[in-house]
Amino acid sequence: MKHLDEYRDPDTAKKLLAAIKSITTQPWQIMEVCGGQTHSIIKHGIDQLLPDNINLIHGPGCPVCVTPLDAIDKALAIAAQPEVIFCSFGDMLRVPGSQHNLLSLKAQGADIRVVYSPLDALNLAQLNPKQSVVFFGVGFETTAPTSALAAYQAKQQQLDNFSLLVSHVRVPPIMQALLSSPHNQVQGFLGAGHVCSIMGTHEYPSISSTYRVPIVITGFEPVDILHGIYCCIKQLEAGQYRVENAYPRIVKEMGNEPAQRLMQQVFDVVDRQWRGLGSIAASGLALKPEYNHWNAEHRFAVTGINPQEPTQCRSGEVLQGLIKPVQCSEFGSRCTPEHPLGATMVSSEGACAAYYHYRRPQHV
Amino acid sequence: MSNLELNCPLPLQYEQIVIGHGGGGRLMQQLIEQIIHPIFANPILNQKHDSAVVTVNGAKLAFTTDSYVIKPLFFAGGDIGKLAVCGTLNDLAMSGAKPLYLSCALIIEEGFPLKDLQRIVQSMQDTAQQAGVFIVTGDTKVVDKGKGDGLYINTAGIGLIADNSNVLPSRIQVGDSIIINSDIARHGMAIMLEREGMNFDNSLSSDCADLSGLVHSLMQAELDIHCMRDLTRGGLASGLIELATSAQHALEINEMALPIQPAVQSACDILGFDPLYIANEGCFALFVPEAQTEKTLTLLQQHPLGKQACLIGRVNARHPQGQVTLRTPLGISRVLDLLSGEQLPRIC
Repeated sequence: MKHLDEYRDPDTAKKLLAAIKSITTQPWQIMEVCGGQTHSIIKHGIDQLLPDNINLIHGPGCPVCVTPLDAIDKALAIAAQPEVIFCSFGDMLRVPGSQHNLLSLKAQGADIRVVYSPLDALNLAQLNPKQSVVFFGVGFETTAPTSALAAYQAKQQQLDNFSLLVSHVRVPPIMQALLSSPHNQVQGFLGAGHVCSIMGTHEYPSISSTYRVPIVITGFEPVDILHGIYCCIKQLEAGQYRVENAYPRIVKEMGNEPAQRLMQQVFDVVDRQWRGLGSIAASGLALKPEYNHWNAEHRFAVTGINPQEPTQCRSGEVLQGLIKPVQCSEFGSRCTPEHPLGATMVSSEGACAAYYHYRRPQHV
Repeated sequence: MSNLELNCPLPLQYEQIVIGHGGGGRLMQQLIEQIIHPIFANPILNQKHDSAVVTVNGAKLAFTTDSYVIKPLFFAGGDIGKLAVCGTLNDLAMSGAKPLYLSCALIIEEGFPLKDLQRIVQSMQDTAQQAGVFIVTGDTKVVDKGKGDGLYINTAGIGLIADNSNVLPSRIQVGDSIIINSDIARHGMAIMLEREGMNFDNSLSSDCADLSGLVHSLMQAELDIHCMRDLTRGGLASGLIELATSAQHALEINEMALPIQPAVQSACDILGFDPLYIANEGCFALFVPEAQTEKTLTLLQQHPLGKQACLIGRVNARHPQGQVTLRTPLGISRVLDLLSGEQLPRIC
């Protein structure tokens, strides 16, 4: 605990703020990639403490927010089947599909359970041999290894009543997609610290040099974030662009190699639809064909999925950093956490939910 | 953008009850305000206090009820029986009442072990006895296997309020000190970890406790307590937001002043929970005039359940009425909002 206190220390934070002020000579647009960072920035009010000419753009790194509607609709169709125990991480339950969400399906009697790890779902399958247990594998490279491990173990044990509905995504392709966009405003990135704890930093130098942007791997506590911002501005002010690890207590250059090997063994890299952003090449992970038996999409013939996104939702623009949540006319009126039009209003990591929860009265 | 404080109630967004309707947040508030309250509406219900205060033949009585549906039934720091007695005693105490009599209704699922039932009922009796109250009436129902979660308990309670006592949300005044008696978020996190088999070293136990003795000693001490609220479901934040709304005052609390056990904070960090919204079962907030702050703290700290008592904030006139603001360690003020429903663990 003492360890974390150090990274929440207000005096250290204030010193870093002063240092940031002293080196900033011009406006900069910095994107924090990860939704956990967005949550922390808004919760602690870090964006309000920065010099006015530093603009933080909230990135697309919220797993709940970017899981495509089509995957949610499939999840709902599978979870509605009577023999299924459907397991999901908690904050997926409120995300709206085309018609309803997993929470309301649960209220109608579907057996939907919150688990903390896919291995809990695997365990449920062992305990309930007459039922079919499905795990909804969503998230970035942080959660993908445990899904991979569950699939691997299910195959090893030839566990017939377990399968995964996989919609995992990768961070580097979305950063490239954002930087390639004609609307791009991002001049520097705070890289996603926990993704890099798994993947290491070696995927990023080519992005940094191709697009000439600093990428500073950053943590989640206030002092971590301010340190990341400081490093990023220092590079920007000096006209430099390279990958810098500002979260070395967690992130090693090579990352978690056994986890990476397991992911390579179980998943193929595929193109993937991102909610609000469209299809992005090589941005998804899908189970390899030899795992078809444990792939819920193969096991359950889900047809008639016709995802329909509410047209009023501007989460795509929010996820690209083109608008702040409060600039959407539906924010806080027709779109609230109780009745979200889009997923960015659902998860605590979604930019809209973070603004609604922490900023609403000041901005509206 | 237009003012967000809506003039008309939001339509209910769900056509059936979802679990979030019981979470102590905005969904529950909507359920009560849109369905239940309009039908039952009467001046006593409109007090919106932890207990109803009724006058019978000149005697001021507090009357309250609560149902307990906890899983697991036995947990570090207590069990459903102790909880069912303490919860109702505490609701009475928060109105400034001295609890007198409780009822006990048991809804038992077919197949429930008698041994466990006996242990729970004994725990209720032990807790009541320590508090000097009697469980004087009750009911038992048995439901089919699979139709209940082992055991549900409802308790109701009656307490007597002294003539000169007047503890009500409407008495909260600008300048009042906001004091809590103990560290926060212990009950909710202990239950959560126990339920998920994550109470790694059993370091976390519930704060479940009968506060009526402590409150009684405060009531005897010539303190002008304006209001009290036990910070149960929805935690410190939801309890204070409800009070700010019903008293139409602005409350400001200081994040650095909030006592949180390191193990609780770590568990919250791991699961992505905000301790401000986690349930307590032995923690309450008091509102006293600023001049009585020290005296209140000293009295609280003399009691085993008040050792960690501290001043966490103040009722002020600066912020918009009906809001709770939190001053963060970085010096930013942000408004605390009711959560939608229950907190759900974050993905990563």
